[in-house]
Amino acid sequence: MAYRHFEFIEKHAWTLGILTAVMVSLGGLAEITPLFMEAHAVKAPANVKPYDPLRLAGRDVYVAEGCYLCHSQMIRALRFETQRYGHYSTAEESVYDRPFQWGSKRTGPDLARVGGKYSDQWQRMHLMDPRSVVPQSNMPSYHWLADEKIDPKDIQARMRVLRELGDPYTDADIAAAPAAVKGKTKMDALIAYLQGLGIKNEPQPPDDGHEAAATGAP
Amino acid sequence: MVIAAASLRNDIVPGSSPVEYFNDHVVRLFLLASAVWGIAGMLVGMYAAAELTWPGLNAGIPWMTFSHIRPDHTFGVIFAFGGSALMGTCYYVAQRTCHARLAFDRLAEFTFWGWQLVCVLAMFTMPFGITQGKEYAEPEWFIDILIAIVWVSFGTVFFATLARRRIRHIYVANWYYGAFIIAVGLLHIVNNLAVPVSLVKSYPIYSGVVDAMVEWWYGHNAVAFFLTAGFLGMMYYFVPRQAQQPLWSYRFSIVNFWALISVYMWAGAHHLMYTALPDWVQSVGMAFSLVLLMPSWGSAANGLFTFNGVWHRVVRDPAAKFMVIALVFYAAATFEGSMMAVKTVNSLSHYTDWTIAHVHSGSLGWVAMITIGSLYAMAPRALGRPAMHSHKAMELHFWLHVTGTFLYVAAMWTAGITEGMMWRATQPDGALTYSFLDSLIAIRPDYFVRWFGGVLIWLGMWVMAWNLWHTAADARKRVIKPIPVPIPVTVAPLPAAL
Ligand code: HEC
Ligand code: HEM
Repeated sequence: MAYRHFEFIEKHAWTLGILTAVMVSLGGLAEITPLFMEAHAVKAPANVKPYDPLRLAGRDVYVAEGCYLCHSQMIRALRFETQRYGHYSTAEESVYDRPFQWGSKRTGPDLARVGGKYSDQWQRMHLMDPRSVVPQSNMPSYHWLADEKIDPKDIQARMRVLRELGDPYTDADIAAAPAAVKGKTKMDALIAYLQGLGIKNEPQPPDDGHEAAATGAP
Repeated sequence: MVIAAASLRNDIVPGSSPVEYFNDHVVRLFLLASAVWGIAGMLVGMYAAAELTWPGLNAGIPWMTFSHIRPDHTFGVIFAFGGSALMGTCYYVAQRTCHARLAFDRLAEFTFWGWQLVCVLAMFTMPFGITQGKEYAEPEWFIDILIAIVWVSFGTVFFATLARRRIRHIYVANWYYGAFIIAVGLLHIVNNLAVPVSLVKSYPIYSGVVDAMVEWWYGHNAVAFFLTAGFLGMMYYFVPRQAQQPLWSYRFSIVNFWALISVYMWAGAHHLMYTALPDWVQSVGMAFSLVLLMPSWGSAANGLFTFNGVWHRVVRDPAAKFMVIALVFYAAATFEGSMMAVKTVNSLSHYTDWTIAHVHSGSLGWVAMITIGSLYAMAPRALGRPAMHSHKAMELHFWLHVTGTFLYVAAMWTAGITEGMMWRATQPDGALTYSFLDSLIAIRPDYFVRWFGGVLIWLGMWVMAWNLWHTAADARKRVIKPIPVPIPVTVAPLPAAL
């Protein structure tokens, strides 16, 4: 392209604006469109279920409290990662995550398969005051979660929106939600969510040094 | 538009007294806002750094917890501080390079108040858990709508000003500002598509892998177009201005422009290496990230070479010093970024504090320094003074900022590489050598040094605020005269199409 072509663009604001818009759109279109198509084609495997009401509430607490700013939920396909945290994460496992929870910074360890690693009681103590169980930790304490109740109406509204977006909740699921979260605190919900992470959705057959995750120190 | 353009042409009688004045009022407002947000955003950063060192610091108050406040830091420095500086300088530069007053006074004023409202709303909702939970896109849906409205208005004012220009050539700084406006608008809308549940909660229409790809296409290009293209626009105007000579190569700047804006958009996948994202997307992301080094270094070189022959003046001019170091950091951070996009390097650096080091050599080194340099260059002119109030204070700010940035970046490099090495270390029998906690304990001193670097930087921002306050003495008394638009002698006919 000769310089005079550039010169033409330089003198015509519309041409400049439109060409800029075209150039910046190409990369995104090329990478996102195929993924979008794929996501519509691939259905979640049978063992990956949408979050039940309590865990859903817990997931939203996790997001609102900003746990994702210190914890990832993405075990990369690298040997030292699978050794520390268990089977690497697969795309199917996060189909119900809105937003996705892969994270960008690990100030704390990965949580993709933390479910069942500790008792509910440990989780509660740890969230109330991390330094009471891990003295050198710099994780904040989240004691206020124990005082705040889950709103059953709100959970139903959330499930309805998620159903619109394609998550397979039935009418019965939504009708049963208030009973499932009745009297529960945000703390209960968060612990239920954490204890479900990586449980039952691990790719079959399970293998790859999963023992390390079961016994490893934090 | 056509009518406005026609009537404007009638006004211009070469040789007669000018009839237009620059709209510097809105520029001054943005200048003030960016100084205030700079201090606020970096205060939060400093506090966040302190909390990672002394975790009990929030005294049990929920909204002061690290994880509640961190989005306030990122939003505060990127969108409030950076955004205000970008919009203010954009209005200043567009008027000067187009030889025309800013279009639509009222709308321009609205973009100021609208943007400040966006920032205040975001800063006061996110710490209370009203968040979408997507990095750099945390504000909830109702704020996102307001952002979109303000952004479209901003674009309207900018492009309408270009349409009124009295110089046929659109100067390269405006290309970058234009790309910044168009791309950020596009990214913002696509990434924030969500269905509201209530005023304070919404769910994104994407989930899992697609959401991850959309988010990092957005996140990466927010860096590309907000933190790079926008600030390059600033650089392309204020660097030649401060060097008092033309850009080293105008043609080179144009080649770099097209290369930069088309390659950047492909590179987002480098944030998702070794994850569940399909392999081909990861490879495309890596390849384009390497190519990206060329236009990045091209722009940096163009800026630096513009000082050829006047280096002796740079030594005595703090504004120019800020610009030069900013360009050096820009070159360094883009080199580092391309290296971190190589999969093997990424396997070490990802998820560690190396990322934080990289982010801040870009943000404190490049973004903050080019902004501060440009503010020091622009403020006296916009405030009707021959120079900044205190030369010494500018020098002091320079050294505080540079020292703080070096401490910050060096500490986080050390921390990041330590973490990366410890996480992957194995013993001869194949077992992992360290627990996660071992790596946290190992980097605690680095967290302290980072905090201290932040304190120096933040003090520097106060020095700047003090200096600006005194420079603005006349403006506060409302005794400065508006600056007339210089009308070029040979008035080029306005292009009919726009
Ligand atoms: C400042 C960063 C930070 C934030 C924010 C944070 N954590 Fe942590 N977390 C850590 C660190 C560091 C550890 C490792 C030390 C420990 O166990 O306390 C950890 C450990 C954990 C563990 C134990 C993991 C294991 O495998 O041993 C769980 C579970 C956990 N965090 C959950 C949460 C939840 C839920 C939230 C949000 C309410 C949260 N964290 C917020 C830093 C953080
Ligand atoms: C006083 C100066 C600053 C201090 C002390 C500071 C401190 C911090 C801290 C503590 C974090 C969290 C890191 C973590 O999670 O481990 C952070 C993140 C971040 N900061 Fe700053 N910061 C400063 C200035 C800036 C500026 C000027 C910008 C941009 C213009 C910026 C952009 C960011 C971004 C984008 C992140 C998120 C990084 C990621 O998620 O990978 N910071 N900063």
